[in-house]
Amino acid sequence: MLYFSKLRIIFIIFFSVLFILISLSNLFKFDDSFFDKKINLGLDLQGGSYLLLEIDNEPVIEQKLQNLTTTIRNYFKEKNIKISNIKIENQNISFNVSDNEKQSVLDVFQDENSELNPYYPRFKSHQLEIEDTGFNFKVNFSKQGLIKLKTSSQDQAIEIVRRRVDEVGTNEPNILKRGNNRILVELPGLDDPMRIKSLLGKTANLTFRFVTNDETDRFGIEKIKFENGLDEAMVSKRIIISGENLLDAQPKMDPQTNQTIVSFTLDRVGAKRFGKATSTGIGKKLAIVLDGKIISAPVVRDTIASGSGQISGGFTFQSATDLALLLRSGALPAPLEIIEERTVGPDLGQDSINAGMIALAIGFILVIIFMFVKYKFFGLITNVTLIINLFILLGVLTLFEATLTLPGIAGIILTVGMAVDANVLIFERIKEELKDETNNILAFDGGYTKSRTAILDANITTLLAAIILFFMGSGPVKGFAVTLGVGIFTTLFSVYFIARLFTSIYVARNKHREKLI
Amino acid sequence: MIAFNKYYNHFNFLSSFLIFVSLLLLIFKGLNFGIDFKGGILIEVRASDSNINVSSLRDRFNQMDLGDVSVKKFGNDTDFLVKFENKDNKKNIIQEIKRNLDKSFGNNYDFRRVENVGPKVSAELLKSGVIAISLALTLMLIYIWIRFEWQFSLGAILALFHDVIVTLGVFSLFSLEINLSIIAAVLTIVGYSMNDTVVIFDRVRENLRKYSDIKIFELTNISINETLSRTIITSATTLLALLAIYLFGGEILKGFSLAMILGVVFGTYSSIYIANTVLVRLRVSQKTVLREDIQK
Repeated sequence: MLYFSKLRIIFIIFFSVLFILISLSNLFKFDDSFFDKKINLGLDLQGGSYLLLEIDNEPVIEQKLQNLTTTIRNYFKEKNIKISNIKIENQNISFNVSDNEKQSVLDVFQDENSELNPYYPRFKSHQLEIEDTGFNFKVNFSKQGLIKLKTSSQDQAIEIVRRRVDEVGTNEPNILKRGNNRILVELPGLDDPMRIKSLLGKTANLTFRFVTNDETDRFGIEKIKFENGLDEAMVSKRIIISGENLLDAQPKMDPQTNQTIVSFTLDRVGAKRFGKATSTGIGKKLAIVLDGKIISAPVVRDTIASGSGQISGGFTFQSATDLALLLRSGALPAPLEIIEERTVGPDLGQDSINAGMIALAIGFILVIIFMFVKYKFFGLITNVTLIINLFILLGVLTLFEATLTLPGIAGIILTVGMAVDANVLIFERIKEELKDETNNILAFDGGYTKSRTAILDANITTLLAAIILFFMGSGPVKGFAVTLGVGIFTTLFSVYFIARLFTSIYVARNKHREKLI
Repeated sequence: MIAFNKYYNHFNFLSSFLIFVSLLLLIFKGLNFGIDFKGGILIEVRASDSNINVSSLRDRFNQMDLGDVSVKKFGNDTDFLVKFENKDNKKNIIQEIKRNLDKSFGNNYDFRRVENVGPKVSAELLKSGVIAISLALTLMLIYIWIRFEWQFSLGAILALFHDVIVTLGVFSLFSLEINLSIIAAVLTIVGYSMNDTVVIFDRVRENLRKYSDIKIFELTNISINETLSRTIITSATTLLALLAIYLFGGEILKGFSLAMILGVVFGTYSSIYIANTVLVRLRVSQKTVLREDIQK
């Protein structure tokens, strides 16, 4: 155990120096891109905001079922199968069929090439599930159909969230999917997420519809409240243009009224429809509806064929800016709810870094003094190893650009405390060996060999805990698992290679000295 | 040599008593779950005006109709921790609170930290915390079962349960808050306690092979003594590191480091006085390890 080949010594020195250099790149700037890496600071250390959003898919499902009702109705009409009483009931589509046609209906739903199973060829599963309750059929999304629906609304939502966050312009936001109905937004450096929260909390579903009292309206009418919450109006369900037709939206000052407005530009289709609607609807009121509330309902005075217009509604400059931003970035497929928020101000982050560093320094010094007092020269070896170990640990974290959190710093300090364990096990064993063995080299060799299983056991148990924590833990706690886990490997490396190298050199030179340890 | 084995019975009684009391506390008093596991809102406020203190803050918050609000000093005289449940799951509540506080305190205060955990998330976090700890205990069980004979496994696992239960018992007794970092601490305690026990067991097994004529009662004592300086030194350096975190690592790490300190103390104690006594009570002998050796 005490012999080192030249090659191995070179390997140890190379490896140690490499990681020490990498760890130093956190302090200095290296020109080389390989060394120019840094440990990321977690949001709890650099300050910032962590938001977990959940997509409320209920309205999407409802909408899709609504569309499906039409599809199914038309589909069976085409096939000449008579179905009746089709409606949505308790989030199911239900309809009746005469007994002799039941089987053909079931066949249609099973048919893998039918329009009702749009992705059977790809996923080998049906989009819909049909259940015969005895007196009617119930249709709903299958498990696979539901997953497909959720992931697609998540895909759309994350795109819109990204656009909105980018428009606000925070530095390096991190936007990730979580599960199939959540989105994680990390905003480093942002200490007041109020604005982003309010922007993400809006679906931004914009429609232009005529105000009408005509009960015979082909599309139906509905009662919608104004944004002030007091007034309301009957509005046609027919959508003239929607947010999708917008090319651009900007906040502006209306020079005539001195009011803040949002001016918008329509795409070609939108412009055409808007022109037609405004030419036929002169004198009527056009309601501008955002997320189920009327912003304003101006009277159409003229045909607007230019494809641009403006929305006024008693905006402040801020609210006009935000509305324009929402309209530019597009509507969310479904409402988002913030189900978890953690925000840390930058000064608290800095305080945490300082406290963590002070604790690390003090913990380190205490351990070093303790080891030196206890083991003298071998304590010195342990301490030098401990310092190198710390740099290698930082080097590994830097190499992988790991995220350092406050519990992560605690993990490093704890590693310092526990790292001496392996050396202590070895030294104590050597001491025992020396009781009946006079040959220093044999005693040291024996000490290393006989303590190996205990050291391995001890580290494996801690590693198991760290691994579980890594997979089950969230956020800052994950950072603890990372430093603790990586710390175990660097500790084993530094004990078995660096400390053992020092020890073997020392023992070889003092072969015959008594009471070596 | 210290005669640890003289007190096996006394300390077995003490351990049983501690576990019993801890269980009673956990069942009847329960744990003080923080917002991570209970849901709710936490705000760390820093004041730059001496008019802002616990009672004035409590007054303001109580006026806002938020239900039960807890206001505590947090480290410094100028720092406060405000917690409440947000039962109605109000949406723009932080904004509302700021507006209200602005009225009374102007801009002489600052929110240093805001955490808002919804009921769904907190339920999930609690579930994953429980799973993590159970998983850790199970994995340790499997590991020790592969490594040692069943008598040793039982001893190690009992010691492990003791450490986790008594640490949680202390948290219950003093109503200390259980949050995500405490789960991390408990898992580390599990690792540490196991580590400590395994080192002594390793020696017990080695000695069992070496001496056929020494009874397990004596043998455990020899093994404890042989590994004693290692036990003391490692506990000492670990405690020194943890003490540094507890005293200088800031308020946020206080609970975590306290749980770890307790865990290390209990872990060291249990590996001597629980794990070994199980071996004695199960009358482990040289045969126990030799049988296994022959099978291998």
